[in-house]
Amino acid sequence: MWVIYTLNGLYFAALLFLISLGLNIILGVMGILNLAHGSLYAIGAFIAAWVIIAIGMKVPPFFLYVTLLSGLVLAGIVGFLMEKSLIRFMYKRTLEYQLLLTFGVLMLLEDVIKMIWGGQAYYASAPFDLLGKVDIGGHVYPTYFLFVMAIALIAGLFIWLFMSKTKLGIMLRAISLDREMATGLGLDINRLSTFAFVLGSGLAGLAGALVVPTTPALLGFGHEPLILGFIVVVVGGLGSLKGALVGSLLVGFTRSFGIAIFPEIELPLLFLIAGIILVVKPEGLFGR
Amino acid sequence: MGLKQISKNPRWIIYLLIFIALLFIPRMLSIHDLMLFEYGITFAIVGLGFNLLLGYTGLLSFGHGAYFAAGAYSVAMIAKYLPQAYSLEILIPASLFFSLILSIIFGFVCVRHTKIFFSILALSLSMLLFALLFKLYHITGGSDGLRVPLPTLFGMSFKGIRRPEFLSGTYYYFLLGVFSISFLVMRGIVSSPFGKALQAIRDNEVRAELIGIRVRRYRLYAFMISGMFVGLGGALWTFVNGHVTADLSHWVFSGEIVYMTLLGGFGIFEGPIIGAMIFTYLKLYAMGNTQYWMFVIGATLIVLVLILPNGVAGAVSSLWTKVKKKTN
Repeated sequence: MWVIYTLNGLYFAALLFLISLGLNIILGVMGILNLAHGSLYAIGAFIAAWVIIAIGMKVPPFFLYVTLLSGLVLAGIVGFLMEKSLIRFMYKRTLEYQLLLTFGVLMLLEDVIKMIWGGQAYYASAPFDLLGKVDIGGHVYPTYFLFVMAIALIAGLFIWLFMSKTKLGIMLRAISLDREMATGLGLDINRLSTFAFVLGSGLAGLAGALVVPTTPALLGFGHEPLILGFIVVVVGGLGSLKGALVGSLLVGFTRSFGIAIFPEIELPLLFLIAGIILVVKPEGLFGR
Repeated sequence: MGLKQISKNPRWIIYLLIFIALLFIPRMLSIHDLMLFEYGITFAIVGLGFNLLLGYTGLLSFGHGAYFAAGAYSVAMIAKYLPQAYSLEILIPASLFFSLILSIIFGFVCVRHTKIFFSILALSLSMLLFALLFKLYHITGGSDGLRVPLPTLFGMSFKGIRRPEFLSGTYYYFLLGVFSISFLVMRGIVSSPFGKALQAIRDNEVRAELIGIRVRRYRLYAFMISGMFVGLGGALWTFVNGHVTADLSHWVFSGEIVYMTLLGGFGIFEGPIIGAMIFTYLKLYAMGNTQYWMFVIGATLIVLVLILPNGVAGAVSSLWTKVKKKTN
């Protein structure tokens, strides 16, 4: 059974990595903690479920997996609109206003989701069922979970290469290190911030879309991932990509083994471990 | 503050007039409106406590629902497990005690940080309490919550009396009394040397430390006091509501506390009280008229952040100074 628990841990970690990566990019580059991040995740889940249900079995199976990208696209678009219309005015404001604004957006988006998709659950398990199961060391394991891990790995590598090798990535890192200096060097802060916000939002949407074949999309879908994403960010350190990776693995494994061994207190256990890490290392594992 | 100073300061005369007006509220409002007003008063106490941390110490906690829940659950748990001690004069100190304990534990972890880290940490810890309240079904009632019966007060029993009658009679005056005491105590705290030290920490941490203020310890004290006030508000709230659920410790509820404080204006002492009242009515109005009440509340919040950053009280007071300038 330990093989399965380990794989489940990796699967949880993969999803959390996508969520907290987005949260961390936005936090690092813009200094804003996006409380509406969970809603973007939910939007990604709903649109993917909706598209999969709408096109059903009419398309070749390969295309079904491409539709999962709809979550990334729509969440990115919502993120774009959000940044252009509201977040933009918040860079010079104090923390209270930044947090409350995203809290307002969260409430707004929750009800927009309710208006569009109503209160019912959306089942879209086709991509999950189609992949079937594989045999791993004598245990049967859904192939789809492995697919999710692969996607998260690719996304992580992509972001890492992007941030360390491309000019755009280096500019984003420059902003996160010293916003004022970056402006002084002539970087177009506004455009880059929009880009970072869209990227972060898209990653949340992608995570939501990847989840929806395994669990139905419901109202309040993004609440728990948001909190887990926060724990990852806090444990890993604010604005650190390495921290997001290690934090996700830690939270993922704690969850998977916690569910297996102490199902009642799996979530409190997670908080306990996070609390101990913070008391020992207040700035998080890889915090600056 | 001496009597002479009080008579010189028109502020205290206004407070007194408002207090006298509040005494007659049960005769003026219908029972439904009165209940709403009582919700408002309990949240006003919460707002007073919360603002000591936000407005005076400069720490934004997104997890104060935890202390609200601590106060509320102390009442509900005593009702369930210690019914012989179920009377207001024991319940109030008990809820103060438990919210104090919780805020010492959580505060100790949180005050090592400031700004955004403090906020996320406070939020995560409140979710820890939420997870416990939610999961330990056999003790806390889980998602069903716990029912809260009517308490006794100094031997007075309210058996056979229905909740609305209880709320419009004795309990209203009890609530008003506790609110007035909390108001005076908080007023005393913010104008004491301790309160000034907190404001110094808020304005410049390094300077405060240099003049010998023990920053982290003072932050913890502020956290504790604020937690106790919020817990007191939570305890008083349970009797009005009659039911507690784990949602009280959820961070969205904490967000509503922040919202109220901002709505009234956290730069002004009375701001959170006004904010609590307006928020209570706004939320009920929105919930009564549309199923998309979160949309209304969220949109209001966004507008507020963009155009009224100092809240309603802030806007009124700046308008007042403008009018004064013109007449002079």
